Amino acid sequence: MNFSLSRATLIAEADLIGIAGERAVCDRRGVLYFPDLRLLAVSDLHLEKGSSFAKRGALIPPYDTGATLLRLQAVIADYQPRIVVSLGDSFHDGGGAERMHSSFRERLEAMMAGRDWFWVAGNHDPEAPADLPGDTVRELAIGSLVFRHEPSKQRVEGEIAGHLHPCARIVQRGRSVRRRCFAGDGGRMIMPAFGAYTGSLNVLDRAYAGLFRLETLVAYMLGAERIFAISGSMLRPG
Amino acid sequence: MTEQPRLAEQNASVLLPEPFARWFGEKGWSPRVHQLELLAKAEAGQSVLLIAPTGAGKTLAGFLPSLTELARRSRRKPGEAHRGIHTLYISPLKALAVDIERNLGKPVEEIGLPVTIETRTGDTPSHKRQRQKLVPPDILLTTPEQLALLIASNDARRFFEDLRYVVLDELHSLVTSKRGHLLALGLARLRAFVPGLQTIGLSATVAEPDELRRWLVAQNRPIDAKSSEMAGLITVAGGAKPDISILDSRERVPWSGHSARYAIPEIYEAIRKHRTTLLFVNTRSQAELLFQELWRANEDALPIALHHGSLDVGQRRRVEKAMADNALRAIVATSTLDLGIDWGDVDLVVHVGAPKGASRLAQRIGRANHRMDEPSKAILIPANRFEVLECRAALDANYLGAQDTTPLIKGALDVLSQHVLGVACGGPFDADLLFEEVRGAAPYAALERETFGRVIDFVATGGYALKNYERYARIRRNKDGLWRISHPSVAQQYRLNVGTIVEMPELNVRYVRQGRGMAGRGGPVLGKIEEYFAETLRPGDNFLFAGKVLRFEGIRENECVVSNGAGANIIVPSYAGGKFPLSTYLAEQVRAMLADSDRWKALPEQVADWLRLQKEKSVLPKRGDLLVETFPRGNRNYMIAYPFEGRLAHQTLGMLLTRRLERAHARPLGFVATDYSLAVWALDDMAALFKAKKPSLAALFDEDMLGDDLEAWLNDSWMLKRTFRTCAVIAGLIEKRYPGQEKSGRQVTVSADLIYDVLRSHEPDHILLQATRTDASAGLLDVSRLGEMLSRVRGRIVHKHLDQISPLAVPVMLEIGKESVNGGANDTLLMEAADLVEEAMGRS
Repeated sequence: MNFSLSRATLIAEADLIGIAGERAVCDRRGVLYFPDLRLLAVSDLHLEKGSSFAKRGALIPPYDTGATLLRLQAVIADYQPRIVVSLGDSFHDGGGAERMHSSFRERLEAMMAGRDWFWVAGNHDPEAPADLPGDTVRELAIGSLVFRHEPSKQRVEGEIAGHLHPCARIVQRGRSVRRRCFAGDGGRMIMPAFGAYTGSLNVLDRAYAGLFRLETLVAYMLGAERIFAISGSMLRPG
Repeated sequence: MTEQPRLAEQNASVLLPEPFARWFGEKGWSPRVHQLELLAKAEAGQSVLLIAPTGAGKTLAGFLPSLTELARRSRRKPGEAHRGIHTLYISPLKALAVDIERNLGKPVEEIGLPVTIETRTGDTPSHKRQRQKLVPPDILLTTPEQLALLIASNDARRFFEDLRYVVLDELHSLVTSKRGHLLALGLARLRAFVPGLQTIGLSATVAEPDELRRWLVAQNRPIDAKSSEMAGLITVAGGAKPDISILDSRERVPWSGHSARYAIPEIYEAIRKHRTTLLFVNTRSQAELLFQELWRANEDALPIALHHGSLDVGQRRRVEKAMADNALRAIVATSTLDLGIDWGDVDLVVHVGAPKGASRLAQRIGRANHRMDEPSKAILIPANRFEVLECRAALDANYLGAQDTTPLIKGALDVLSQHVLGVACGGPFDADLLFEEVRGAAPYAALERETFGRVIDFVATGGYALKNYERYARIRRNKDGLWRISHPSVAQQYRLNVGTIVEMPELNVRYVRQGRGMAGRGGPVLGKIEEYFAETLRPGDNFLFAGKVLRFEGIRENECVVSNGAGANIIVPSYAGGKFPLSTYLAEQVRAMLADSDRWKALPEQVADWLRLQKEKSVLPKRGDLLVETFPRGNRNYMIAYPFEGRLAHQTLGMLLTRRLERAHARPLGFVATDYSLAVWALDDMAALFKAKKPSLAALFDEDMLGDDLEAWLNDSWMLKRTFRTCAVIAGLIEKRYPGQEKSGRQVTVSADLIYDVLRSHEPDHILLQATRTDASAGLLDVSRLGEMLSRVRGRIVHKHLDQISPLAVPVMLEIGKESVNGGANDTLLMEAADLVEEAMGRS
């Protein structure tokens, strides 16, 4: 079949990492794919963030939802997942789904068709999105993995979370490079924010304190062509 | 006695009310001809531009029409309503307004005039502002931003109804920036309130006085040089020629760098020999360094002070006060003291580093000795060898009275957007009437109605093709056809974001006791530092700020926490602003000097030697030629070009050349630009490529690089993003950052970079992107200058292949590694870091 071929070419054995025993790919576009489960996870879409700002008087361009959905569409077309988990803060606020332009709603529904779709509740969108299919859950356990929006305080093996919008910074040859990243220590993984208007917070910020085993922390920084795995000891704050 | 003064005396008795004539008499002075001429024109109802050198009594001249009129005015009877502002004085600097209050207050008091004078700046406390609204002073001294705020309040029309004159100081420096656009629009608004309003512009000598004359009056006729309206003109010839010399140092002048450390003993000697010395430098970093070095040499503990824009305002005021009281022997300053502040008894100006523009030099030298008829004394200290050439050229230019003022640019659309919202905050407006009013402002005289419509659309709903925000409109057109703000909160938001000066994100520098680390309780704030600089520091690093060595403790919210520092490895902060490019005129002079060995006699021997050596080992380009040298060094190949077009244009050229070399598979690795030359290095032999015409040198430097290559590079350029951020803040799309707001961090706000990316891919023709591209080509990139250069050197490129580095190439080669190369190749750095990890783990 066409899509399985495309999947095969997408995933090289070397790109696979282990999270609590499950094999996963950190895609440079900011999604996490589990080939054995045919599960795609995406976090912090923050759809309708633009209109949320506009409501308060900052008329920033209304194209963020369109841009985010277009990118999501592309990864879904590539991986053809059976299950999609949107890891919370899928909408920037509770009224987001309602405000969404009908053309975007149609695009989103087309993407959802024929697969299991889970909306994990986030702090920005604790309720189910209005008039959209999919199941809204507080958290989701599949195999040895557990998906929730906010990482838990205590250590949980196999936890996949979002919420913190991790980025990492390195200084190389006197120049500083800052990128969004996946942050993981082999047991837990915190995903980068996917939305077009989402900012990011350095993994060395105190908000991450206690979440990782520092000696095995790796930041998978998003590059233009590939992912760069940078060990925690090379990272800089700020 | 000559004819003229007698005439002036006759005029004086007619024009000047009795107390003024008596005051002049008591002082043993007589009014100057231009002061009376200005008064006569103003009384005849004209607006006037006065062009005069510093020390010509410009300020008094500018206020004379107001003061005489106020002197004649009947006193307010008890119970009568308070009168509105009579005269508005606008200056580019807060400090200047404060200074004028002092200088004008004195004669007003001595003459015994019933005139109240007050300032209104960002530092004015709110109770005083409120009182000023109820009981306005006769003369209000303020800045363009404060005028914008006054106009945007709903009692503006009443506040300004008695306005007679607007005095605009340092007009030549105001009009060249976006602040000038904002001010021009504000002036147009004032004219709408008070149709008979007169303006008086005060300016230093400029190349095109007619531009300023138009700027001062409403442009109601179609744009056409012959028929357009202009203010009257009074020109005062320059006073005594300044006595300027270039330091002929006993020491060796370095190849590169900007510190002029070699000359410290000689500078210190000069300070000791004079009463008060003003030392000017081009950047804040240089100011910090020079100050530090001078104190190291200061065996006599002379009072030497530091003054620059990043220092705490209280600190700056103390220095200004001490300067006015003649309590200082020397002040190290940047452009914050650049304009017409004439305090104290300065008898020497020292300019460290190249002056960059002949007009700028003339301005700065004007500081010394404010009596017009005595020559000002100045010493230029070149920091490196190219600067010796530049100083010499500037010196020649000054004697020739040359001008190189920045040309005026068309009114910016982001500023217009801000103004339109401000007008709406003041009250309902009719779009067609406002359009006519705006066209009266000279920078917007050629504005098209369609563009204006797009601006209104932008202000209302963001002006997007996707009409999604109608219900969130900030202004709405009602049934009566007038536009109004949709909610009072819009006006509040506007007030917080007014102005056109968008600083880089900055952190307060907060001092704590040593040894307390981040836990230390807050001591005083020393000033502000750019965030990106603070991010490169590690706890324990020592850096130079406010004339002190400080130890970096860490960043806490919006503060950079520091304690007393010490040690040898001291870092000097760099500041993004304040780097002026070499002016076109001066560049031309420097090229001419290089080509003409007869003129080398005027240069210090060691510099002349350097040029002779270049002639011997390589080539010295003819005046109109572009020299390009190539040579191998280490395992790299270098190409050095010498366009002398200033750093900005060279940076743009460097970006474009590396793109082209990449396409030609020359594997370029980087480039670095100075004001004078540009170095590009690559793995492959570029000379061989040129020889094989793959591409030829002429093709590499072809003007067509300004087409697609420029476009493609621009879109991804950090410079364009930075420009976009400025435009977006000015236009009111995103809010200015204020201290304390940063707490919420990166997750909550939307960064301008992200907005830029989204907007560019979805609506590339949006009005704000249009404004951004216009700004970037004019400002940061200096594209027009690059274009002129490329067309000038067509067919005149001289290629010289060498075995080794040439003498002329040394300065730029020394910059390699000091200067970061921006743009592109960030992934390469990530790759290196990732590889390092792999290597360490033994996986590669």
